[in-house]
Amino acid sequence: MAMAPANKTATLHIRRGAPGAAIRYDDFQVPYEEGMSVLDALRWIREHLDSSLAIRYSCVNANACKTCMALVNGEVEYTCTAKLSPDRTIVEPLPKRPLIRDLVTDVIGDDEKL
Amino acid sequence: MTHLTTDVLVIGAGGAGMYAAIAAARDGAAVLLLDKSQVGRGGATIMAQMTVAVALGEQEADSVQLHFQDTLSAGRGLCDEALAHLLCDNGPARIREMESWGTRWAREDGHIKQEMAPGHSVKRCCYVDFLNTGPAVAATLRRKVGECAAIRRVSNLAAVEILCADGRAIGALALSLADGQWVSIGAKAVILAAGGLTKLYARNSASANMGGEAYAMALWAGAELVDMEFVQFFPIGHLAPRLVGMDPIMWDPFRYKLGGKLLNGQFEEFIDRYGSSDFGKYNATRDVAAYAILKEVEAGRGTPHGGAYLDFRHIPEAELRGAFGPVIDRLAENGIDLAKTAVEVSPIAHYHMGGIRVNSNMETRVTGLFAAGEAVGGANGANRLSGNAITEAFVFGERAGASAALRIKQQAAPWNDTVATAALERLQGCCFNNSPGALTPISVQAELQKLMWESAGPFRTGEKLSVAAQRIAAMERQLPGLRIGNAGGFNLDMQDWFELRAMLITAAAIVKSALARNESRGAHQREDFPAPDDGLLKNQVVELKNDQLLSRWIAPARLQA
Repeated sequence: MAMAPANKTATLHIRRGAPGAAIRYDDFQVPYEEGMSVLDALRWIREHLDSSLAIRYSCVNANACKTCMALVNGEVEYTCTAKLSPDRTIVEPLPKRPLIRDLVTDVIGDDEKL
Repeated sequence: MTHLTTDVLVIGAGGAGMYAAIAAARDGAAVLLLDKSQVGRGGATIMAQMTVAVALGEQEADSVQLHFQDTLSAGRGLCDEALAHLLCDNGPARIREMESWGTRWAREDGHIKQEMAPGHSVKRCCYVDFLNTGPAVAATLRRKVGECAAIRRVSNLAAVEILCADGRAIGALALSLADGQWVSIGAKAVILAAGGLTKLYARNSASANMGGEAYAMALWAGAELVDMEFVQFFPIGHLAPRLVGMDPIMWDPFRYKLGGKLLNGQFEEFIDRYGSSDFGKYNATRDVAAYAILKEVEAGRGTPHGGAYLDFRHIPEAELRGAFGPVIDRLAENGIDLAKTAVEVSPIAHYHMGGIRVNSNMETRVTGLFAAGEAVGGANGANRLSGNAITEAFVFGERAGASAALRIKQQAAPWNDTVATAALERLQGCCFNNSPGALTPISVQAELQKLMWESAGPFRTGEKLSVAAQRIAAMERQLPGLRIGNAGGFNLDMQDWFELRAMLITAAAIVKSALARNESRGAHQREDFPAPDDGLLKNQVVELKNDQLLSRWIAPARLQA
């Protein structure tokens, strides 16, 4: 279960906030490991730096649930398969969905809502 | 507060929950189907890349009796035989029903293709190509659920507690994740289909919502759990190099299809040193293989990341391409070329044999409270046979849905507003700390995962388990002081907090059961009691009484001869 020791850090530049608030970006530094995904980094941030970061995912790693989409460096990607850049990665919420908060948008169909 | 009313409430919308909803609706009930994640996309089913064990007899002669015997052998004498038999007996009907609903099982020569898997005495395991079994069956069930007018679906609604009055389940309280609001649900019957607990372990193949909440909700409602010490560690979970976009347990079917070699850090085969005869056959059961890998690592013969090598380099490249299909390209995207390098694998928490104690109608001792799928304990005893989990999800789901629909025709429980209001006030009063320096629920979850892996994982000792029990109790005392913040919508801290609360009582039930079982059997390996003890050929039942977990031994349920 040991991960190779991280001696390199990558930066994530993440859009934060709820609808109506001023646009804000936060920078986070995470230990970089070759091959890691953007979701790996987002989950690391929640555990170690800022647990209030809102993200959406379910299957974690398998790319089976298809719920972890966000804008990665301007492209729509599954964060679980998008490779983290060893340098800087920009992560933003999906642009065409109503924003809930941070990287979470409303992707739930109307027939699955309260 | 939003209040919803239904006949049958199904908590969890993976394979078991969706099947339960469809069956209950078929039998005339109005159904409310909830998922903390998204309906048909959370849980374990969708992640199952592998096979479904079922005695169809299409590939070669097979029978329910033979599948049943194989299930009992793998279960090391501890299966609830009524549940195991139900699983094997109803499996074929469910697989054919799924086919009639659109699942395209892999076929050859006009019949459903069935493969061999470890522990099975014949070729029994069907699948959907390539590694697509879980997503394909989840899609079938999602579509079928969508076609049932009697099923209302709600995603991102996390059930937190079952409501009971006069010894009957009457509904649940749930947290709406998008806006943090509480929702009360009145139901005449409730089915817990919220999956397993592998998220309790640092190395796991779980989805985000498998923190054992079904077990916690069952305990709080007054139901019993059984066999909680038997957590299955899948032997060859992916370890290194980093592999994204694939379930970490993906290697198994390829290993036995192609004859992938399991080698230690010195590139030697080793499984046969641990009482199996795996060389050239690749049929060691999961418990034996997991044990052997960790023992090699402990002896200093592990790989650089602390596991074993899985080596396909002796297989011709064309054969690799044929067997792996498009998966070989996904591996290449991760920089993995099986013709050139061996990958590293090691055990990973994969499945829970134990769970909610039910009768063969899937009903707990609380009237109107049912369970389905992995949340159910007993069918698989001390070790689950490969391929039985999806079968169990379908069979137990169908049975729970049918039983719940029948139950509400017999006697309907009245809604009780006083019970709901009291429960809501208690949950809302959970003391949330906003001070910036306080620990976060997710950091405590991570600590718990590490503790469980090291102390209640593949290897256990009485001493380590005792320390773990104390540490879990201390974490429970920490709960009121953890930081929730007031982040607004989609507050994951709050979700983590309620999840952690459930994870802790579930962890305590595992540790208590593991501590009492002074032997090694199946998935429960005690280094201080390395041999099985026939005096412990019994099951343990756990219940909650006056806020204390109590356990007792019972004789395994045998089928009448």
